[in-house]
Amino acid sequence: MKRRMTCIECPQGCSLEVEADGSRFIGVTGYKCRRGGAYARQETEAPLRTLTTSVLTSGLELKMLPVRTSRPIPKARLFEAMAAVKLIVVTSPVKAGAVIAPDFLGLGVDLVACRPLLKK
Amino acid sequence: MKERQLVVVGGGPAGMAAALAAREAGVADVLLLERDQHLGGILNQCIHPGFGLHHFKEELTGPEYADRFAARVLADPGIEVRLKSFAVKLTPDRRISFLRPGALEEVQAGAVVLATGCRERTREMIPIPGTRPAGVYPAGLAQKMVNMEGWIPGREAVIVGSGDIGLIMARRMALEGVLVKAVIEIQKSSRGLVRNVVQCLEDFGIPLYFQHRISMVRGRDRVESVDVVRVDDEFRDIPGSDFSLSCDTVLVSVGLIPENELLEMAGALIDRKTNTPVAPDVNLTSLPGIFACGNACKVYDLADWVTRDSQLAGRMAARYLGVADL
Repeated sequence: MKRRMTCIECPQGCSLEVEADGSRFIGVTGYKCRRGGAYARQETEAPLRTLTTSVLTSGLELKMLPVRTSRPIPKARLFEAMAAVKLIVVTSPVKAGAVIAPDFLGLGVDLVACRPLLKK
Repeated sequence: MKERQLVVVGGGPAGMAAALAAREAGVADVLLLERDQHLGGILNQCIHPGFGLHHFKEELTGPEYADRFAARVLADPGIEVRLKSFAVKLTPDRRISFLRPGALEEVQAGAVVLATGCRERTREMIPIPGTRPAGVYPAGLAQKMVNMEGWIPGREAVIVGSGDIGLIMARRMALEGVLVKAVIEIQKSSRGLVRNVVQCLEDFGIPLYFQHRISMVRGRDRVESVDVVRVDDEFRDIPGSDFSLSCDTVLVSVGLIPENELLEMAGALIDRKTNTPVAPDVNLTSLPGIFACGNACKVYDLADWVTRDSQLAGRMAARYLGVADL
């Protein structure tokens, strides 16, 4: 079955035509770079998204610390991840890239800081 | 009065790129004024990914993108960064007055780069009739509240405008558990990137209504609902097409206005329609030695292009100062 999708890997937003049998990827046309081909396969088999959000801090110079998952996680688990993020309070100064939660949700990815943050 | 070779106003992506490029081109002495307590500007509240694909060949979040430049700016002994410093006056002969905690200072600059960014267009600037209840926010303000202050502005939201900020806030609010009822766009297509329509709206099942507008905001103290109506190609309401959406929050994402008050104060020519400097080329103004870059010069869709053009602004300032050939 053919399915149209828009590649979200970069701002070009290539329009892809994907041939798939359910979640079984067969082929794709319409992409302008290698990332588009990989995206089409991944999006068909198991969609992934990078989660970016902010976590509360205490005693640091900003009230919130922006964080991201070190790699994309299953799209279906975004809300579960948001619920887990709400339980975190960062109390120690961090450097950019510091791991805030290792092996987040057991997904094999870390939750990392997107900026340095010092004590208040 | 203190004298400085180059004064850069604004510590966002434009100001940081201009300051660093000016240094590389040979400017010895740069003063960078930033009104906030950190460098980075609006990037600090843009916690979503999508930055740096061109400049760094990898995808970064706004704070990560900002931090790469901020680290270089702060490590450069030739750039003095003054935080919590707000420029209030500029003269055509490049004298700048700025407020810092406890004092008003004046500095004579050899050259000036204005990297003052944009302000948001507000509800008052587009005709949305109705009452004036609490709960109507510019989308960028809501972005700062949610991402930096941890305040969620409401429970059920309608977003006006499908530019990138509107789309990104739709996703952000949805992730935070807000029921985003719709994005309303008066045009036939989105001004935002296609990837944002996909990953911000389709991922979360948020409806996008093209050729629709909000015809009324209802509510006494707090927004209670909005009326939405379909418009034709001439933006006239189509009778009988209206429907109501209950919500307690309306985010308005209807464009940005370049912030050029200082430039205007100095007497430079400003295009009244776009609020951008009148000049023959990017980064120039009608006043010699005064440059404007980034979103103050024109509204960009990618921070990467702000960096690229603002680096050029830094080199142009260096050339004006006679320290570099372009």
